[in-house]
Amino acid sequence: MKEIQIAVIGAGPAGLAAAIELAKAQGNVTLFDENTKPGGQLFKQIHKFFGSSEHLAGTRGYNIGKQLLRETEKLGVNVILDAPVYAIYPDKTISYSHQNREQAIKAEKIILATGATENALAFPGSTLPGVMGAGAAQTMINVHRVLPGKKVLMIGSGNVGLIVSYQLLQAGADVVALIEAAPQIGGYGVHAAKIRRAGVPIYISHTIQKVMGKNEVVAAQIVQLDDNRQPIPGSEKILEVDTVCMAVGLSPLTELAWLMGCEFAYIPQLGGHIPKHNHNMETTVSGLYVAGDITGVEEASTAMEEGRLAGIACAQALGLYDQEKAHTLKKEIWNRLNTLRTGPFGKIRKFAKDELLKISREGTA
Amino acid sequence: MKQGIKYTGTPSWEELESAPGRPSQQRLEKGPVAFIECVQEIPCNPCEKACPFQAITVASPITNLPRLNEEKCTGCGICIASCPGLAIFKIDLNYSPTTALVEFPYEYYPLPEEGEVVPCANRWGKFVAQGKVLKIKNPRTYDGTSTIAVEIPKAFYLDVRTICRKEDY
Repeated sequence: MKEIQIAVIGAGPAGLAAAIELAKAQGNVTLFDENTKPGGQLFKQIHKFFGSSEHLAGTRGYNIGKQLLRETEKLGVNVILDAPVYAIYPDKTISYSHQNREQAIKAEKIILATGATENALAFPGSTLPGVMGAGAAQTMINVHRVLPGKKVLMIGSGNVGLIVSYQLLQAGADVVALIEAAPQIGGYGVHAAKIRRAGVPIYISHTIQKVMGKNEVVAAQIVQLDDNRQPIPGSEKILEVDTVCMAVGLSPLTELAWLMGCEFAYIPQLGGHIPKHNHNMETTVSGLYVAGDITGVEEASTAMEEGRLAGIACAQALGLYDQEKAHTLKKEIWNRLNTLRTGPFGKIRKFAKDELLKISREGTA
Repeated sequence: MKQGIKYTGTPSWEELESAPGRPSQQRLEKGPVAFIECVQEIPCNPCEKACPFQAITVASPITNLPRLNEEKCTGCGICIASCPGLAIFKIDLNYSPTTALVEFPYEYYPLPEEGEVVPCANRWGKFVAQGKVLKIKNPRTYDGTSTIAVEIPKAFYLDVRTICRKEDY
């Protein structure tokens, strides 16, 4: 079987950043992705990113993707696309299918940067064509240039719901309303303000009851919720829509980590079960690292930093960096991560991340 | 209903009044100036670097609200397109004896034409008044975010923040 030094699984922001750092350290790195194009979610992100202007803030997501791809090319990272990895074995044998063939390769070190997947809601009518994940709608408009519908109801006011609503407006759709079950908006106020300026109503303490239609969505019924999140009778509203988008959170894609026998911690604020890992992003399985949304759902900016961190720690473990150099580089990244995890939004994630590190250290879940 | 950006998606007057990016009434009377409606501590600072006159400070931590130095601000408007949150505006309160100028970011097509009279809207997307498009800027450095300057009746300088989107796409 062919043997390689380092395998990075997932070519999104975290995987690309990890591969770049490893290649910079003269590591021999192979990057796998199931899609035909690298970049993960970055190429769907047509908005300008927040963060520090020192680190690409103010740059549109797809341009960040282009920059990362240019770097991987320049550094000679081996990228294998259209290659879903479906199994990893304890001896770090990686099974993947590529060009209609099942293939296997053995790696000395592995970094999992598999990302996350959209959550769904079940309600009467939720299987009708026209009901979809907000991420799916975003892929349609921004990657394939197809408008999924003309009149959209968005469920969920996290940043995904707010941003995709804005982008649906930009694509020429009408967002009839955005509803949120919680008594407040979940995402950044500035994103909410953009769609409010475009006249989109945001109903907090509201949920969906059903979607009407026989072969397609023709209307949706929403209802107001009381303080105990119970529907208030008589507050039902029927909205004429042809599309219902769900932006109700993401769950880390952890299957490969389970297969490898990683220990897990359950942290609801981060999206559920997360592989335990240390400050080097190394899991409880020696030589197996994690970065990005698999370590808890956050943002592309933090995913890229975590990818760099995992890459550098992995390079250090391989002896490509001496301890002093690696320590300096890692410290810089931790400072940036801690900065990104401040403020009323960031500190919730910081607290959850610290908890995860603590649980990982103490070995109790 | 509870007021505030967390509940309505629109900053309340209280939030705007206490925002350190808001210029004083005195400064507004003097001439063109930036009006930064950033009221929530999120990790973001491109506006700080964008200002050629060092009139905007975020500093550390990066979640600080941007602070406007209204003496240094010349009202050039370069910061408008730099804000990923589209939360920076420019106001020229005394554009004429009866009108004010409001410049805002705009990321929809089609764009209006310079000289066109268009319906202008507030932070809730509600029509406020007709306004005349004075200038549309979209240089490469704005990276796809256009800015539109409209001339509006002076009374609405705190209300008008966009134009009603064109229907004919």
